[in-house]
Amino acid sequence: MFAYATRRLLGLIPVLFGVSLLVFMIPRLVPGDPATIMLGERSSEAHRERLREELGLNRPLFLDFQGATERGVGALFDTQYFEFMGDILVLEFGRSIYSFIQVRDGLFQRFPATFELALMAMLLAVIFGIPLGVIAALRRGTFIDTGVTIIALAGVSFPVFWLGIIFIYIFAVNLGWLPSSGRISVTSAIPPGTGFYVLDGMLQGRWEFVVDALRHLIMPALAVGTIPLAIVVRMTRSSMLEVLGQDYIRTASAKGLSRRNVTVKHALRNALLPVITIIGLSFGSLLSGAILTETVFSWPGIGRWIYQAIASRDYPIIQGGVLFVALVFVLVNLIVDLSYSIIDPRIQYS
Amino acid sequence: MNGTSAPAAHGTSLGRDVLKRLLRHPTGLTGLAIIVLFILSAVFAPVIRPGDPLRTTLATRNIPPTLIMNSADLERRGLSRGDFPLGTDAQGRDLLRRVLYGGRISLRVGLIAVLIAMSIGTILGLIGGYAGGRVDMFVVWLVDILLAFPGILLAISIVAVLGPSLTNALIAISITQVPIYTRIVRSATLALRQSEYVQAARALGSGAPRIIFGHILPNSLSPLLVQLTMSTGTAILDVAALGFLGLGAQPPAAEWGVMIADGYNRFREAPWLSIAPGLAIFLSVIGFNLLGDAARDALDPRLN
Repeated sequence: MFAYATRRLLGLIPVLFGVSLLVFMIPRLVPGDPATIMLGERSSEAHRERLREELGLNRPLFLDFQGATERGVGALFDTQYFEFMGDILVLEFGRSIYSFIQVRDGLFQRFPATFELALMAMLLAVIFGIPLGVIAALRRGTFIDTGVTIIALAGVSFPVFWLGIIFIYIFAVNLGWLPSSGRISVTSAIPPGTGFYVLDGMLQGRWEFVVDALRHLIMPALAVGTIPLAIVVRMTRSSMLEVLGQDYIRTASAKGLSRRNVTVKHALRNALLPVITIIGLSFGSLLSGAILTETVFSWPGIGRWIYQAIASRDYPIIQGGVLFVALVFVLVNLIVDLSYSIIDPRIQYS
Repeated sequence: MNGTSAPAAHGTSLGRDVLKRLLRHPTGLTGLAIIVLFILSAVFAPVIRPGDPLRTTLATRNIPPTLIMNSADLERRGLSRGDFPLGTDAQGRDLLRRVLYGGRISLRVGLIAVLIAMSIGTILGLIGGYAGGRVDMFVVWLVDILLAFPGILLAISIVAVLGPSLTNALIAISITQVPIYTRIVRSATLALRQSEYVQAARALGSGAPRIIFGHILPNSLSPLLVQLTMSTGTAILDVAALGFLGLGAQPPAAEWGVMIADGYNRFREAPWLSIAPGLAIFLSVIGFNLLGDAARDALDPRLN
């Protein structure tokens, strides 16, 4: 297990190296002055010069042979790429062009909001998705099955940001049940802690705060969770159907075990493995969904920050945000991969 | 594998067989009907709703949908039921016309993006799967890099650099879709390369191009077609998302995502502005998803 984890972790290095290379090259491959490209035609010369200095755009790209002959071998690596690599290894993404805030600090500060939203969305997807998928599989071919399948197809067809707007219109504007924006009410004092408000509230036993945070969380989480929910339903259904056709299920039924027992203990447990894979994979759609949805709900997470940075062409934030989210995504996939052995002891990582 | 053997004896092709099964499939038929409807309404938009979708008319600003307006209001405003079925925006533009014209952008950009992605992805997959070794490792590495960016994030970072425009959104969306096709074609190629009929063809002296285009590619077509249908839906969603973020088509373009962004700023007073284009996105995407789902069933050799 440990050896496998190490190997998987090492296997990530070429991928992350490629990711960094891609993010590094994108603005530099486009013809024209990279500073102008990153900041836009209407940017001021002062801003462009600042960015050039920040990113060292006047230096060679990969290897400085001229510098090496003049100033010794060390200068060979005194280039844009090695500076960039060194910086991102310590998550140093530079400063915002406009607010001068460290992008890393900004990301860390906003990360709990985005992650809390993604986790809540995932929780909703699992709580509703797995039972729906099981029911559809058990009632195969009936109108319940068709209904669940169509709902699942519809779920992956919504533009999530639009769904958010519709939810706000129905539940906040018309019915007035839920708050339309933010993470907590303005009257609530933010407790010091992890930045995960629900968790912080629970740890400190401030239940009115937990309720307030959950009330703010539910609508954006539903919007973001729609696609993973649909994916979980479909996967649970097809995986259950496959398992239910196996010999050992027939054996279990023939032994006289209750249907409930067979379904939950024999079938579902075995059907869950591909479902967990798909949950891990759809974490990506959660993160990108969060980016699209946070703006609609004024949710103070990374997605909204990236959105605002796009509008103001604050390139270091966009670049840092993209790299950071990609990193989180890759790590989550790794964790999911490693968790298989816990769920399915038959898997040996040799 | 390809299911042609039995039907061929009765003189029917795989294509006709699949089409017949697809049309008997209620969801497939529904999906196809929705797609045809959207294509027709996009093509005939100038006939259905003549006029310029971008022209502003101050006299007709902020009219709620006349389709659901009560008669008293209609009379007071001096309108008839069919004047502005979906209402007008703050610049007095007819929303129905804009939604119809929006279909032209979304369907065209979605389809082109997916076709580009499929071509590049297929070529990469064929090269990797057929060549094997280091070439294959390189292809897998490329795919893994692209897949490390969740969802629309890669497209966002590409357009953020290229500059916001519809063309750049198209390029970005194509790039994000390449890895799916590479994966499909690569794994099919790997499997087929070892198959007996490919080895037989090689023994008979067929060269790599003949084996690839004559044997391997035709036999990977069905998963490719299913993916093509599904990812057209995804591409339409991405075009709209980039438009909504301000990275795709630019206002005042009659593009669905741009229209939702426009309506979002005033959705408390004028909810129809964002509801109509959002429904158009949803319906067109579910059309492609229903068809893709049915196509997967119809092309599944196990159901023969």
